[in-house]
Amino acid sequence: MKRLKDSLKDIGRYPSAIIGLLIVLFLVLFSFYTMWKIPYSDAIKMWRASESVVYKNPKNARPIWVNWFRKAKLPASADVIAGEDDSFTKESTPRSGGGNTIEFVYTFDFNYDEFPQDIFVYFTSNYETKNPFISMSLVTPSGENIKITDTGITRYQNYRFEQDENLRTRLKRLHRGNEPATAMQGLFTKLGSDPVEIDKGTYQLIIQATTFEEGSDVNAELITHGKVFGFFGTDHLRRDLKVAMMWGAPIALAFGLTAALGTAVITMFISAIGTWFGGWLDELIQRITEVNMVIPYFAVLIMVGTFYSRSIWTLLLVTILLNMFSASIKSQRAIFLQVKESTYIEAAIAYGASDLRIVTRYMIPRVIPMIIPGLVSAVPSYVFLEASLALLGLGDPSIPTWGKVINDARMYGAHYQGMYYWILEPAVFLMITGLGFALLGFALDRIFNPRLRGM
Amino acid sequence: MTTENNNQISMESTLEYSKKTSRATARRLSMFFLRRLILLMITIVIGVYITILVANMGGYVDTILKSAIREEVNMEVAAMTAKTPMTTEARTELAESMIAERERLAGLDQPFVRRSITHLKNALLLNFGRARFMISDHGSRLVRNIILERLPATLLLMGTSQLLLFAVSLFLALMVSRHYGSIWDKLIVALSPTSSIPPWFYGIFLILIFAAWLKVLPFGGMVAAPPPPTKLGYFFSVLKHMILPASSLFISSFLINTYSWRTFFLIYSSEDYVDMAKAKGLSSRAIERRYILRPTLPNIITSFALMLVGIWTGATLTETVFLWPGLGTTIYQAVSKFDTAVIVGTTIIQAYMLGITVFFLDFLYAIVDPRVKLGGGN
Repeated sequence: MKRLKDSLKDIGRYPSAIIGLLIVLFLVLFSFYTMWKIPYSDAIKMWRASESVVYKNPKNARPIWVNWFRKAKLPASADVIAGEDDSFTKESTPRSGGGNTIEFVYTFDFNYDEFPQDIFVYFTSNYETKNPFISMSLVTPSGENIKITDTGITRYQNYRFEQDENLRTRLKRLHRGNEPATAMQGLFTKLGSDPVEIDKGTYQLIIQATTFEEGSDVNAELITHGKVFGFFGTDHLRRDLKVAMMWGAPIALAFGLTAALGTAVITMFISAIGTWFGGWLDELIQRITEVNMVIPYFAVLIMVGTFYSRSIWTLLLVTILLNMFSASIKSQRAIFLQVKESTYIEAAIAYGASDLRIVTRYMIPRVIPMIIPGLVSAVPSYVFLEASLALLGLGDPSIPTWGKVINDARMYGAHYQGMYYWILEPAVFLMITGLGFALLGFALDRIFNPRLRGM
Repeated sequence: MTTENNNQISMESTLEYSKKTSRATARRLSMFFLRRLILLMITIVIGVYITILVANMGGYVDTILKSAIREEVNMEVAAMTAKTPMTTEARTELAESMIAERERLAGLDQPFVRRSITHLKNALLLNFGRARFMISDHGSRLVRNIILERLPATLLLMGTSQLLLFAVSLFLALMVSRHYGSIWDKLIVALSPTSSIPPWFYGIFLILIFAAWLKVLPFGGMVAAPPPPTKLGYFFSVLKHMILPASSLFISSFLINTYSWRTFFLIYSSEDYVDMAKAKGLSSRAIERRYILRPTLPNIITSFALMLVGIWTGATLTETVFLWPGLGTTIYQAVSKFDTAVIVGTTIIQAYMLGITVFFLDFLYAIVDPRVKLGGGN
């Protein structure tokens, strides 16, 4: 044990070990932060992507940081509730004859080089019998006042710019000779510009609501589906990739660490017991190891995933089962054979120690320093194993993981459509995790393995 | 004269002795391999049997067999009764009785243990039945044909990349170990942890860079569509398609291989006999050949064999990512189409290949390493 402590002190001498350790620590903290910030049940709900959760998110929006690298800036997404933000004001004036006139003004800068996907206004109102009435118009930087719609609204009403045929027709008439393909293009281009030139500057969306009853009120929430959203972007189901990126960490760590630790500990016990008792037990263990070499490990995992269960925990269990009779039993056996002959074991036998005591107290502690580097280095392979299964479509359906995001990205053509962020984000996370453990494992190997010292 | 005579006699006796020993060695060698072969056969049988148990736990192999019989009988009945006037009921009855009979013949009415033995026999004879949805490029539904058709593609890709990897990393490791502590040496040590990232992962990046962004290499597949008419054109097209998948396989293992070989050579070159050879004034090339490479040969061969093992199993995902039409992609397609017969068949083929490779490993090991005593002789 003292040797173990001394060796651990050596970690400070290896910069790669420190980097690895820092990465691992960061991942652990990040995982705890994630579990605290987005509780598991919320994460699952958000990842299931029901309309009520994702209606605010644009589809396939890139993360905001792509704008740092682009010349043509992509429009941002926004979500503002009237009265709660300075840019979206609400002013209510009583009207003679009951009811109010409510004026909403949304002021926003538009300095982008592409059009947003869509703009939605969600109205909520309360009334007894008479619906409130709204009229909406947009004032452009060039001073143009474009009428958008005049309509009565119900208690829950949403208005989508792109779905209003009347608006489109009106915009086509406005831009005669150079008809816009979408309402967004019609609203944000300079009148009479050819080729299309975006009218940059400050816009004002003015919504006039009229209520016809005492105490009747209207509220509005304005959502812009731009082409960038949040720091992680969204996928084809409008899900915020943040959920998957953050929750990927605890899941990957849990899977990787459990698999590596479980496999290593079980393997160690098997080889210790086999060597100690020897005879047919040892022979049996050796034969099982050979059979295990012949079983195609990944293919069996695929079968289990296809036929039985895609639950990540089932796959974890099968992974451990398939790996516990690995080839490392043979190398550990060689060490145990040496240990078995040493004098302190003889002493233990002499004072009447039980078999169990000898195995757990005298034999196993001797190999622990030797299995630690292997254990740490094995973590990335299990983390990537989970990702590999997800890539084949065998990921746990309910859990957001990095591998599943890569799989989605590949399935929905991220490569072909230039949505590189969709692949790069989970890939970077996977890579950092893999490298962190690998750096630490390699350094530990050099520390614990006397033959490698100084090499 | 007498001394010469004596010498001759002793030489003759040595010759005879060595002849005798070589005959004994040959006998022991063959006995050893026979025993290994038998043990390995047993290992393969057990391995395949476990695979079948896993596959059949949900009764899937039975389902494959039953549906195969049903299809066969229905077609036969349709052919038999095509020209005879017959009611649908009578036809169904005939078919059902035939199906029951065939199922009995195939042993499907037997208890599970007996049935699993039947499946084992079928699997060992590479009798995998028919695929449900997948069809080989030549139009066959036999799983065996589908697999045999895909095997060469896997061999081409994996063989090329793994051999290249093996040769390059070994060569480079020798070079680097000669210049221990140089900048290249340090670079390889520092970068070797990047090999914890699997090849398919590098593949995704390579596709991103060379196919999506730079648009110089194809996204995937094995040959351009339509395939070039000339043989030479075809060859270059395949070569072009192979660059990315082979590179990703290469990149992923290259550094770790070089690193471990280099460390290995360093350990061996710190042996006393190497110092001795240096003191004798042997050229560094001779030292390398005789005192470093020779004793490490068994390890080199082991890793070569393990690399061969990797050829069968390692490429499922890389092939999938690059749509390379090999066994790996076949498994992927079978999973996505739920074509159980193909999944089971591919798995069993892999088990077989692994077993055979393990056998060759033993064989090579015994030949190369004089320290390995054969047959447990004295």
